[in-house]
Amino acid sequence: MSDEQEVITEAHGAGSGQMRELIEELAVSRFESDDAETDVPLAALDDGSVHRLANGGGSVVVTTDSHVVTPLFFRGGDIGRLAVAGTVNDLAMMGATEPVALTCSLIVESGTPVETVERVMESMRETSEEAGAPITTGDTKVMGSGEIDTLAINTTGVGIVPQGGHVPDAGLSPGDKLIVTGTVGDHGISLLSEREGFDFEGDLQSDVAPVNDLVAAAMDAGEITAMKDPTRGGLATSLNEMASKAGVGLEIDERSVPVSGAVASAGEVLGIEPLNVANEGKVVLGVASEDADAVLEAIRNHPQGADAAIVGEAVDDHAGRVILDTGFGNRYLTEPEGEQLPRIC
Amino acid sequence: MAVESGEPDLQFRDPEKAEQLTDRLEALMDDIGERVTIMHVCGSHEQAIAKYGLRSLLPDGLTIRMGPGCPVCVTDMPEVDEAVALAEDGKIVATYGDMLRVPGTEKSLDDAKADGADVRVVYSASEAAEIAEEEPEREVVFFATGFETTAAPTAAVLTADPPENFSILSAHKYVPPAMEVVAELPDTDVDGFLAAGHAATITGYGLFEEFVEDYEVPTVVGGFEPIDILFGLAKLLEFIRDDEPGLANAYQRCVSEEGNVPAKETMWDVFETTTGEWRGIAQIPEANLVLREEYRQYDARERFDIDVDTASSNPLTEECLCGEIMAGKADPDDCDLFGEECTPQDPVGACMVSSEGPCKIWLEYGGQPDI
Repeated sequence: MSDEQEVITEAHGAGSGQMRELIEELAVSRFESDDAETDVPLAALDDGSVHRLANGGGSVVVTTDSHVVTPLFFRGGDIGRLAVAGTVNDLAMMGATEPVALTCSLIVESGTPVETVERVMESMRETSEEAGAPITTGDTKVMGSGEIDTLAINTTGVGIVPQGGHVPDAGLSPGDKLIVTGTVGDHGISLLSEREGFDFEGDLQSDVAPVNDLVAAAMDAGEITAMKDPTRGGLATSLNEMASKAGVGLEIDERSVPVSGAVASAGEVLGIEPLNVANEGKVVLGVASEDADAVLEAIRNHPQGADAAIVGEAVDDHAGRVILDTGFGNRYLTEPEGEQLPRIC
Repeated sequence: MAVESGEPDLQFRDPEKAEQLTDRLEALMDDIGERVTIMHVCGSHEQAIAKYGLRSLLPDGLTIRMGPGCPVCVTDMPEVDEAVALAEDGKIVATYGDMLRVPGTEKSLDDAKADGADVRVVYSASEAAEIAEEEPEREVVFFATGFETTAAPTAAVLTADPPENFSILSAHKYVPPAMEVVAELPDTDVDGFLAAGHAATITGYGLFEEFVEDYEVPTVVGGFEPIDILFGLAKLLEFIRDDEPGLANAYQRCVSEEGNVPAKETMWDVFETTTGEWRGIAQIPEANLVLREEYRQYDARERFDIDVDTASSNPLTEECLCGEIMAGKADPDDCDLFGEECTPQDPVGACMVSSEGPCKIWLEYGGQPDI
């Protein structure tokens, strides 16, 4: 076993512990620098990096993301919308809610209908307009048939924040309240259902959307101490990362975590926890206790935040761990291991 | 979690009722005045207990242990080896998805698939028979695993005149004899059994009368919602307090005394019991299900003369505590491999493979809470 050559597996791409270990080993150990002008370096493994500009002219936030998804077009969105929203949201998670520019790099499989790519590009245009995030440069490569699955998109984003005005994901302190901006699990459960060919009644669809405007409203209303968008690995992974990076415990009331009826039912049938799967239009925020109600109200008044709720708080005990009150008893909420696969027998 | 729309919360997820039942458990434990260990024999019970954090509600002195309740976990290595051998020999092997990663002596079905074998995931025995119908030129073998709940549907497919190119490799197992073995184990100190509700849906709760009489262990058939489980535990503690080895059905909405008689009859028409190995536990008399003479033409073992070499074994498996865990003697986090060398991505023991496996469940839901 141990003498086998180590290879990258799908589990390395699932967004939790194994992926972080791989990034630490492959990238952080090589690219880390001790540049004093970097407020959030690569080693922080946050949603983006933050670099101070000269003469107190604010800080520049840089983030990048590659997107592959099956199917390319799904209920509620498509890979183009995902690519733009994903990068806009990563900038927003650092506090950069007004993106300066995005890039668009396409890798296309030979044989892909032009119409398919056109549909994706049109969706990117619409989403970039919606987010106020202009796409200003890009690249296109074509690979042989079978060398890539139809289409992959890389988007890089640049934003500006006032110096020191960025929001890290490691900033929680005991007493901070945790707010989730809407129902969780919609993207992941919807995609899994579609991939497995389950046609659930009801309105299961992805929540993919840019959330920069929503985040701006929240930041205007009070002190945001930490922020993360619970994409791969879901809310469970984001909460564990936030707890572990800040060295605090988190106590979460499962009953207050918003989950739509359709997602809850489909999750039960598939044997998948909605808290463990990706969201593409939701945010989890740490908020200073005294500002929590004001921030919640601001979020709820935003069209994307009607279902927002305070789901728990940071505590001194159980550093690095997340405790879930299920409404019956308590258990640890752990990060999901690897890809979430539907229960079969 | 807050459910925004759709079905209303069902009554058996009522936290108030749970609190009343927890108080009842406290009171019963006070009356009993000594430690009590309950064993359940069903992965779905473990899943519900872990998912809803029920262990954190239990009064001091009340322990719930997992028994041999996951069919994937107790499928023996040579049985997996047989399936792998058939797949590598060019047969289409169809099985439940949970079986794919179960390690055999050398490799799993997933490994065989990666090497080019035709291994397919199905949701039922009938789906496997459909593959045989669609591919009449190929031999299709259904690697049939599971307890009474899946054995009965497998039997139904065989009685419905399946295609000639269809056969089954039976690793079906029958739960009651395993409970007898656990009840007899010298180090297993089980004061009561929470029996599996869905197996009893087929066999009926009356089946356990003899078991309770012979072993004098209170037994309650329980469902899988949090209230079902707490209610089942309360019934067990009542029996234990009254020193009465009784039998109760705490899952009346699904389980009757006789069970599903036609399904049961079909199952016994097709299968008979034989002694066989339950992985990590022991040879269990009359607990493996094999095809009766009348159905032998569908037996892949007869048809293909499978010869597996089981001489070598993975040395890591000797450190694996799956056997101890399923015998109720250890918890998953007692195992040195748990979550380190043994993970769902790279399982050493079968308890880490299936969503019904105790180790996988403990890893997913955070194990024994000290909260």
